[in-house]
Amino acid sequence: MIWRGRGRTAPFRRSPQAKGGFKVADSVAGANPEHGAGGDDPSRRDFIHIAAGAVAAGAAVTIAWPLVDQMNPAGDTLALASLEVDLTKVQLGQSISIKWRGKPLFVRHRTGAEIAAAIKDDAAPMRDPQTDEARHKKGKAEWLVVIGTCTHLGCVPTFGGGDYGGWFCPCHGSHYDTSGRIRKGPAPKNLAVPDYAFLSDTMVKVG
Amino acid sequence: MSGHSSYVPKTGFERWLDARLPVARLAYDSLIDFPTPKNLNYWYTFGGILALCLGIQLATGIVLAMHYVPHVDYAFASIERIMRDVNYGWLIRYMHSNGASMFFIAVYAHMFRGLYYGSYKAPRELLWILGCVIYLLMMATAFMGYVLPWGQMSFHGAVVITNLFGALPIIGESITTWLWGGFAVDNATLNRFFSLHYLMPFMIAGVVILHVWALHVTGNNNPTGVQVQSKADTVPFHPYYTVKDGFAIAVFMLMFAAFVFFNPNALGHPDNYIPANPLVTPLHIVPEWYFLPFYAILRAVPDKLMGVLMMFGAIAVLFILPWLDTSRVRSLRYRPTTRMYFFIFVVACFVLGFCGGRLPDDKVIPGLTTFVLLDADLNSMVWLSRFATAYYFAYFLLVLPLMGLSETPLEQPASISEPVLSPSAALPAGATASPEKRG
Repeated sequence: MIWRGRGRTAPFRRSPQAKGGFKVADSVAGANPEHGAGGDDPSRRDFIHIAAGAVAAGAAVTIAWPLVDQMNPAGDTLALASLEVDLTKVQLGQSISIKWRGKPLFVRHRTGAEIAAAIKDDAAPMRDPQTDEARHKKGKAEWLVVIGTCTHLGCVPTFGGGDYGGWFCPCHGSHYDTSGRIRKGPAPKNLAVPDYAFLSDTMVKVG
Repeated sequence: MSGHSSYVPKTGFERWLDARLPVARLAYDSLIDFPTPKNLNYWYTFGGILALCLGIQLATGIVLAMHYVPHVDYAFASIERIMRDVNYGWLIRYMHSNGASMFFIAVYAHMFRGLYYGSYKAPRELLWILGCVIYLLMMATAFMGYVLPWGQMSFHGAVVITNLFGALPIIGESITTWLWGGFAVDNATLNRFFSLHYLMPFMIAGVVILHVWALHVTGNNNPTGVQVQSKADTVPFHPYYTVKDGFAIAVFMLMFAAFVFFNPNALGHPDNYIPANPLVTPLHIVPEWYFLPFYAILRAVPDKLMGVLMMFGAIAVLFILPWLDTSRVRSLRYRPTTRMYFFIFVVACFVLGFCGGRLPDDKVIPGLTTFVLLDADLNSMVWLSRFATAYYFAYFLLVLPLMGLSETPLEQPASISEPVLSPSAALPAGATASPEKRG
């Protein structure tokens, strides 16, 4: 009963609701004059309240984090296999789609005209400016390797469509050129170029 | 739930129960003796219809979960098994998939009714906001449910919607990876969507309890928008509104049954009967009809982040509506100018829904090419969506705040009973005056 000895009353006290009205009485703040008024010395009890509250908050966060983080990619999902692509299967002017990390990967064997069209537009105004040379491996201009998801909302663009002969996204009408650069429509970025390397002239390792 | 209770326990058991856990008293006060304005029209029956819709979705959903397999390799096949092999599986699944559409038909009717009669205005702000929370939960639940069959529309719909969060700067990519549980929509995504799709209806049920509780504190609004003043303005909920709601439910169920039995795929999309293929996106990807207006708003904006913000903003604006409408008069019956703007708003919503189902470059008037304005032909769905989107926001952010200050409303009746008891004196001029009284 020490609690009462220190004059603590019920922490929340409200005046009865006025009939039909929706005002909460203004006197709530003053109903408990000893609490937080600063008159008493900031006692050990206040410290205990703060310390206990801090520990409880810390514990809540510690428990919440595993519940949140479990939704991030699991270990086996992160242990990604890399992918080897045999380029001899891709004929000139053709593009293949392969599933990599759950998404389509485009490997496009570009014709001379397509490369020339891409280089010609290097200086054209673009949303995400990049030269064609920066988007393929040195000396391998005929091979374009990009992740086949539209940078707008992730749909798979269709090969050869659109105003620039590269790809066209059917979902919201983004046009990509033969270098996979965004030229028209809502997508903010060029089709992403993944990490890849030529193992030989006819073999590419992605990832 | 509030006010005095007129429940009188009749038997010894009821008295015993009432002293320990007064559930019978709660049910009596909420469903039988609850004083309800006597002038509620059929627009007020959608609350009861919605409660039934939730019950149907819960019951059919729990049964479907007994047969469904949440795995990318088996999900599609397990749905087909439900359709072909499980006893009455076809019926239960069609009830569930069409039930979602019925749920949204009812909720949109319920919301338009609230907008028309000013049911969001003081003292019912929280009642309205709880309703908005339910609507938001419904949309999340419906979206996740649509992903579960793992057809082409399921998969690519999930890709598009989860990618919306990728539009956020800096944190966007981490959020999408977190939502997916991987680097693309895959098995982890399907599993969690199934778990959440099962959870959320129960969250909806929880908020529905709060919604009904809030309703029973403030009491129903009514078509006049005038507060209940005496017992003469009300009738007990039972039998007057149990019967009226019951009749409306029966009519609604006729429509529901017509879809389930005669055209169960009318509201769906045939592409969702093609198993999901991450390598090919359907040429024309559309959400379910109840999301089309928001999809149109998303596509109306050429910038990715702005489009996403506008789409969510279209729902967020509903939450602050009670403070945007500045008028003292609730019902649009007595606000003729605002009423006109309201009907244009309803048309704008339908126009957005129409645009959302078409390709952005489709012509509004076939065969007519006008001129290119900024980035698209003026006679295209994208420009029509832009005009409708502008009106949608203008209605909430300009019309309602300004009309409340400038419009002179018609005279409201002094009470709900007054126009009934002395029609000639109380009817608003020109509203529903009987023909023989016209000079």
